[in-house]
Amino acid sequence: MVSGLINENPIVYERKERRDVRTDSSNTNELSVDTIDQLEVFDHIRDIKDPEHPYSLEQLKVLTEDSVEVDDSKSHVRVTFTPTVEHCSMATIIGLCVRVKLMRSLPSRYKIDIRVAPGTHATEAAVNKQLNDKERVAAALENPNLVEMVDECLSPSFE
Amino acid sequence: MDLMEKNLELLEVQKLEGHTDRVWNVSWNPVSSHAHGTLPILASCSGDNTVRIWEQSSLSRSWTCKTVLEETHTRTVRSCAWSPSGKLLATASFDGTTAIWEDLGDEFDCISTLEGHENEVKSVSWNAAGSYLATCSRDKSVWIWEVLGGNEFDCAAVLNGHTQDVKMVQWHPTMDVLFSCSYDNTIKVWWSEDDDGDFQCVQTLDESSNGHSSTVWAISFNATGDKMVTCSDDLTLKIWMADISMMHSGEGYAPWTHLCTLSGYHDRTIFSTHWSSDDIIASGAGDDAIRLFVDSKHDSANGPSYNLLLKKEKAHEMDINSVQWSPSKENRLLASASDDGMVKIWQLETKL
Repeated sequence: MVSGLINENPIVYERKERRDVRTDSSNTNELSVDTIDQLEVFDHIRDIKDPEHPYSLEQLKVLTEDSVEVDDSKSHVRVTFTPTVEHCSMATIIGLCVRVKLMRSLPSRYKIDIRVAPGTHATEAAVNKQLNDKERVAAALENPNLVEMVDECLSPSFE
Repeated sequence: MDLMEKNLELLEVQKLEGHTDRVWNVSWNPVSSHAHGTLPILASCSGDNTVRIWEQSSLSRSWTCKTVLEETHTRTVRSCAWSPSGKLLATASFDGTTAIWEDLGDEFDCISTLEGHENEVKSVSWNAAGSYLATCSRDKSVWIWEVLGGNEFDCAAVLNGHTQDVKMVQWHPTMDVLFSCSYDNTIKVWWSEDDDGDFQCVQTLDESSNGHSSTVWAISFNATGDKMVTCSDDLTLKIWMADISMMHSGEGYAPWTHLCTLSGYHDRTIFSTHWSSDDIIASGAGDDAIRLFVDSKHDSANGPSYNLLLKKEKAHEMDINSVQWSPSKENRLLASASDDGMVKIWQLETKL
């Protein structure tokens, strides 16, 4: 059993200023309403809570706007996240949370690829392979304990 | 008859709706879909924990769902396979069990449940004689079951060797040789030399044998069984061959060698591939497209090569998990299953 947290003292960053969707002038353009861009995808995932600490993935700089690469014409999104420590055993949980949030938020035509930032994790290839094996993800999401953990990370915190 | 010269297209015959979650696999009944005068039957299995049996009506020619096999598997049903006699259907599930169903005409009866795997069962396959069943799982093992009379199934072997999740098992079409492919990027061949039920791994096709560099999702043999095609997360299809006449004449094991790699045609994982009885290779991939390939019949110094016959883009609205040619020789019917919850029937026809 793990006695302590993986990362006892995470660095917490300020949250980036958010775009107010209601007053943003770019939203008045008919065409842009339907195209999904980098900020919109980031907005879906920035508030996902870290499984171990009471902070969001944005606050821990696990995710930034640049984590997201979108090609709406190809219905493709790739998210690259940076675990706080190299041996983070929570990497697959974090990746799974990001995938689930995007699956629930983006149109079903979207292809989603998740990976850890190159060089930031000891077993990078193994983590990436698991996160992108659709059958493994499907089986994992039939595990009630895992789903409970994911839902907890995805649930909004009220501040 | 050179297929490349005919102007062919894949026409959607019908969209079969009913499943309430992604459809993982489809299987044509080998007898009713093949025999002249009987109607084709198709089984599909899904993340909704059920199996649906679809039948074509003789009057309207349209397909309807004849039965739903439910309340048995408690999790996703990942794979289904009809026995060679067409009377039994095996269904493999994430719940760790493989159910055997008997077609009683009006309904299906679950006559047996095979237990033993430690976690999700991914695939099930019957041998040509219907005397063996094989299953594989995320527990890294391949199990062989003997089909005894009276609805009895006995575990004949537990085969260890793969170092990761085993994705599919497929018996050779004419010999009792079993093939498995895995998340460990390899294909393994299992054979009982003395035919006494003692199966051993006689070959492993890995990167050093010109094999795949990522998860291998499926295996399919041509009708004569001297060639096979495999598909992978590495975005390629690979064609393999063996001198099986050597095996038929009892001269020992004939190893499989790499013949050709089809690369540059897919940009997302290829989840399924199936070799038709008239030599058309179909692939179903994560880009929602179905592709058909044929032997170019122009041998070069590098050996045979294959050409893309056609690409059906947006065949489904989401990933394609399974493609299967109907065994019928009368028409070129293809069934496909997708994450979008649909099963589709296609017909390969000459463009008018």
